[in-house]
Amino acid sequence: MLEMRKEIFADERDDNLNVVGKGVQRQDMPGHVTARTRFFDDHAFDGLLHLKLVRSPHHHARIRSIDVSAAERAPGVKRVLRGADVPVNKNTLLSLINFGKDDEPTLAVDKVRYKGEPVVAILADSEAEALAARKLVRVEYDLLPTVFDVEEALKPGAPVVNETYPGNYFEYHQRFDHQKLRFGDVEAAFARADHVIEHRYQMSPIEHAPTETNGTIAAPDQNGRYLVHSCAQGLFFSLDTTAKIVNVPSNQLHFVGGTVGGGFGGKVDSLTEPLTVLGAMLTGRPVRYVLDREEEMLYGSPRGAERIYVKDGLMRDGRIVARYIRSYFDAGAYTRLSSYAAIKCTAHVPGPYSIPNVASDIYVAYTNRCPSTAMRGFGVTAVDFALECQMDRLAEAANMDPVEFRILNAYRDGDMKPHRRVAKNTALVECVQVAAEKANWPISEQARRASSLTGGGGERAQIPATPLDERGQIGRPDTRNGPATQTLPAGTTRIPLSKQPVFEGARDGKPAPVQVPRYEAPPRQNPPPYDPAIAPPSLQPAYQPAASAPPLPIPPAAPAQPQHGAVRFSSVFGTRRR
Amino acid sequence: MARHEGRGMASVNYPIGMNLGGDPSQALIHSNPEGKFTVALSAIDLGQGMKQVSRQIAAETLGVPIEDVFVDTADSDTGPHDMGSFASRGTHRMGNAVIAAAREARGVLLDAAAEELEVNAADLVTDGRGNIHVRGAPSKTITVKATAQAAQFKQGKTIAGRGIFLIPLSAVDAETGEMNPNTAFAHAALVADVSVDDETGEVEVLRMTSAYELGRVINPRMVEQQLVGGAWMGISHALYETPEPYYPNPDHGPRDFNEYLMPGPGDVAPYHVTVLERPAPDGPFGGKGPGEMCANPVLPAIANAVYNAVGVRVDELPITPEKILRGIRANGGVKPGPRRGGPVNWR
Repeated sequence: MLEMRKEIFADERDDNLNVVGKGVQRQDMPGHVTARTRFFDDHAFDGLLHLKLVRSPHHHARIRSIDVSAAERAPGVKRVLRGADVPVNKNTLLSLINFGKDDEPTLAVDKVRYKGEPVVAILADSEAEALAARKLVRVEYDLLPTVFDVEEALKPGAPVVNETYPGNYFEYHQRFDHQKLRFGDVEAAFARADHVIEHRYQMSPIEHAPTETNGTIAAPDQNGRYLVHSCAQGLFFSLDTTAKIVNVPSNQLHFVGGTVGGGFGGKVDSLTEPLTVLGAMLTGRPVRYVLDREEEMLYGSPRGAERIYVKDGLMRDGRIVARYIRSYFDAGAYTRLSSYAAIKCTAHVPGPYSIPNVASDIYVAYTNRCPSTAMRGFGVTAVDFALECQMDRLAEAANMDPVEFRILNAYRDGDMKPHRRVAKNTALVECVQVAAEKANWPISEQARRASSLTGGGGERAQIPATPLDERGQIGRPDTRNGPATQTLPAGTTRIPLSKQPVFEGARDGKPAPVQVPRYEAPPRQNPPPYDPAIAPPSLQPAYQPAASAPPLPIPPAAPAQPQHGAVRFSSVFGTRRR
Repeated sequence: MARHEGRGMASVNYPIGMNLGGDPSQALIHSNPEGKFTVALSAIDLGQGMKQVSRQIAAETLGVPIEDVFVDTADSDTGPHDMGSFASRGTHRMGNAVIAAAREARGVLLDAAAEELEVNAADLVTDGRGNIHVRGAPSKTITVKATAQAAQFKQGKTIAGRGIFLIPLSAVDAETGEMNPNTAFAHAALVADVSVDDETGEVEVLRMTSAYELGRVINPRMVEQQLVGGAWMGISHALYETPEPYYPNPDHGPRDFNEYLMPGPGDVAPYHVTVLERPAPDGPFGGKGPGEMCANPVLPAIANAVYNAVGVRVDELPITPEKILRGIRANGGVKPGPRRGGPVNWR
């Protein structure tokens, strides 16, 4: 049941709207409830081939040999693909934003790093024939030692999971084996605190379990193009990833999707698009590759596990004065998107509370399990579990009601967050108050009167002096316990504020009056008056070409460099790598 | 042997859109000669309602009836670039791009109407029912349809618009973690009531009560769908799911829905949501996005309620009967916490 509380923050809104805010029926609802909506797998093609994978049965092994000769002769088999058939057989998803190093093959070549890793792809006239031929592929393996625990993986001497990152951690800023957050002096604050409370939390891996499993249908089209029916959560993300791996210009791929049977983050990885397109290119036939439920459950990249240590300094009056978090993302064998989540998690620390001294060290660790990926709440869900269980413990230690304890420590407008930006537009206090009221959980008059609009800023808006350290240098696990090396003065910021968004939304909630400068509008030109006597409009364009602008200087030719088909969107901070 | 009731709470916030920005969305809008609009995107509708959110925002900004707007997504030949449907970014990022495109199209629409009515376009308003008229003079009017026909066949104007929304990418400081992560944050608090059986260790979620602050609600029905569905996922994460039951031991992975535990219809708890709207300064009509956060407070609220019921802290998810029974045994019996409040103020 949903109830709107319009009176709260009413003075910040103009509710005089026509259709925004109304519960009108979705345009796609009739199709969904009559089962006429078309998903990627609702497209039939003559001569469709079916693609099935031979996957690694081992968690970690060197591939000694692959023999596909019997499979190639099997009935119905049209083509067998190995790693050497993949044009660009090493990729990392975030290479599209220049973040991280290519570390994952589409089909394994020298070794397998997790159970279920794709090794060989079989294309056959029917699913049954592809599955039968799968049994005829002979792969010989030499087993390698495995590591499954994130903290074990980071110890010196642990088996190397992914040679691109030989320390079993993602490398941040080409300097550190983790992402740091430093705000104030947590050690000094722990020493002053009345209670210091530390606990370990473990988020489990989770399967996305979409109704529609991952899959793709790709078909050769006219003009050397390929039509691709995709279930991707990011259409161009998948298109550009595919263009890179099969090494074609992006406009040779025509992706169609947009209506997806559940994603929850599990359809960001382009698990099926590249191989399906490659199969269509190499056979000239339409190809369908869909994960079955067992593949989706076991090898369809889950929400990664996270191990989180939270240490808090608490005063008797209930104020939290310091928080330190050490956390490990279990990436599995390849990076996928875990490197991004660790930074998002760093931005989220210490949760929606105002704490004057905060630090965190967030690691991305490689283990011999199926690579994990984004899932609903990526980088946040697990740490929220840890923080809110910890908050319950702190309230008990301070002998306070947990609701009152949240309101006391809640961040408010004007407070400085540990990533050195001021909180605005906050509303945690009001949410806690309303939830308590509806649940009939009594709170004090003081807690009831609290507001996100007051009590923040001032001293709470200051950036404190902050000790810095060189702990955890890449390739030097011996540096993980070093001392502070310098103190950053109070008030220091080093990252420029973000520029204004390229377009700001309509703050007043009204359609823009037409005299507002129109966004990206072309220069105004007055068309010639309409006069059929002069010439029929079909023979004369209504608009005359504008007076020709001065020619732009011709930029010097860019030096030739090898470039794959994918477009690079932008570049991300200090880890720019090609 | 008995069942013990307990109550726990959690409060959270959630960042809207990709962390650090750098995640553009584009939209194209055009009218056919009858004044019916198509919004072309490459955003993905995963069931969350991306098409309908874009449609309502487009209709509101254009000032036309919702029936006159349809959203076409996602075809890479016709829909312009969008980063994708993840990171709770759809409403905020794409909504702003749709506003930008719709503003431009509306500008041409009103120019064309002004030419037909021989008035200044700045004096025109729309009634949201398919008519354009002079402000304060409803009789000086023209329909959107007649305007579109005049624009196409007489004036030679394209009633169309382009839009993009981009928060420029932020750098991250290696030593301090300083960054510009996000511009909009949503908020929530949730109270969970559970019952724990001290003989079987089973947890039943009796009811949940929450308050969410989501900026402007674009469509309350779809917000309800997200928050209720997400709360079910939260119960499932807290008490049932994992593909690695003995993590970090990788064995015993489930292969299908018979082996992968999830709550069934009988495990769905009554749930009351109150929604607050503090508009985001840079959101479309102030909108944020409820997509991801709706499971987050459920996990710790249930864990805290279990502790309140029987005195056992389960810090490793999922909270299985085995872990609860082991905890009760380690504590030397059930240790209920203080009662918190009375019966909920909703039915």
